[in-house]
Amino acid sequence: MNVRYMYSLIAVIVLFLLAYAGAEAGVWSQYILGVVIPYLAILVFVVFFIRRIVGWAKSPVPFRIPTTCGQQKTLPWIKSSWLDNPSSRLGVIARMFLEIVFFRSLFRNTKFAVKDQNKPFYALELWLWVGALAFHMAFFTVVARHLRFFTQPVLFPISLLENIDSFFQVGLPGVFISGVVLFAAVTFLLIRRVLIPQVRYISLASDYFPLFLIFGIAFSGLLMRYFSKVDVVGVKEMAMGLVTLHPHIVEGVGAIFYVHVFFVSILLAYFPFSKLMHLGGIFLSPTRNMVNNNRAVRHINPWNYPVEVHTYEEYEEEFRDKMIEAGLPVEKE
Amino acid sequence: MSKNKKMYNRNIIVAGLILFIALITFPVWNYYVFSGETSTAPEIKLSEKAKAAKECVRSKEYMKTEHMQLLDVWRDTVVREAKRVYVSPNGKSYNMSLSSGDNSCLGCHVDKAEFCDKCHNYASVSPYCWDCHIDPKEKK
Repeated sequence: MNVRYMYSLIAVIVLFLLAYAGAEAGVWSQYILGVVIPYLAILVFVVFFIRRIVGWAKSPVPFRIPTTCGQQKTLPWIKSSWLDNPSSRLGVIARMFLEIVFFRSLFRNTKFAVKDQNKPFYALELWLWVGALAFHMAFFTVVARHLRFFTQPVLFPISLLENIDSFFQVGLPGVFISGVVLFAAVTFLLIRRVLIPQVRYISLASDYFPLFLIFGIAFSGLLMRYFSKVDVVGVKEMAMGLVTLHPHIVEGVGAIFYVHVFFVSILLAYFPFSKLMHLGGIFLSPTRNMVNNNRAVRHINPWNYPVEVHTYEEYEEEFRDKMIEAGLPVEKE
Repeated sequence: MSKNKKMYNRNIIVAGLILFIALITFPVWNYYVFSGETSTAPEIKLSEKAKAAKECVRSKEYMKTEHMQLLDVWRDTVVREAKRVYVSPNGKSYNMSLSSGDNSCLGCHVDKAEFCDKCHNYASVSPYCWDCHIDPKEKK
């Protein structure tokens, strides 16, 4: 057994037991789980998220280091790649957009393999890209859909999203595709990490913990919607209580709801201190967010200290008499 | 790590952070600026007939969370197996029908708007029952 994922798994199980016990213990512990901890988690999330971003913003980038994936703009008759080696801000924005929304660089993921006659080659390895894209897009959809609990009246785009998401009208309550995809994708990414030896070797507890936690969130969510039901109207009333800053507990909602909310709170509070900060960090990647105009514009290293220089004019000024005496040529007589 | 050092690209980063805070707090300012609608859960109004009957085909708690699955099973049983009688766990028989006649869901819960729609709208649920069925009251 690998301690790195065992510790993460045990941590998530302990968190589950804590929340479950708290939900069953009484109204006071439900208040802590349903009101106090969510508020604290949001606070920690926002404050430390900003701190992290500001910390990054204060770190100088000494060189202009955009990743170049195509011909740089040079002479007019040499074809340059405006997207893969952006020489303008527009190119950077386009490349950034494709990176953030479609994980374009991950799409280029290759795998070294040796085929017949010992010929080595690099094959496209798309499974990680597929899994990651499914995971992130489904997660985004799920989060956006949850706004139905936090807005009253429910906004049109949210109900539209819900209708699209339950397009296939499977069963009642209608199956949301995004929830199933999220659960499948997080399971895939977890299994991938455990089963592929090279990936397992470089995986740490901080890689497994968010996966187990999100697995728990998705699992408890699916459980609540399709199997062991909770009082949805009560859930919305509590969510609206948090939003309107008049929080209160609705009794008899069901323990899984508190487990779900506790997991989400832990995720939010853990977020700014973990690798999950790639949510903010992606925007600040110097290799992606910079214009590649190294040859066109001079960039000065921000931590360059002032260097004292002695120009030739100053030199001549200082030694002019001696230079003339020695017969050396001077620029000004 | 970084004490009182200057922030690079200050304007764009501050703008990004403000956007971040605006997104995170969206439900709060959406409520206080635009909506302001009462946030408490709607109360179901039972019709006189339902009050007189005292209980539904199953217990109130069961109906509250499971009615959609019950109706889904009913639909399949009626449409695919032509069975129209539901026997509840306590032995009573009921006619399996959502909207036709007095002996149906809406025959007892006469006011769809007060009984169904209130909670469905509150929880943003749009069941497709009404793609085929019609509210008998609307017919007139």
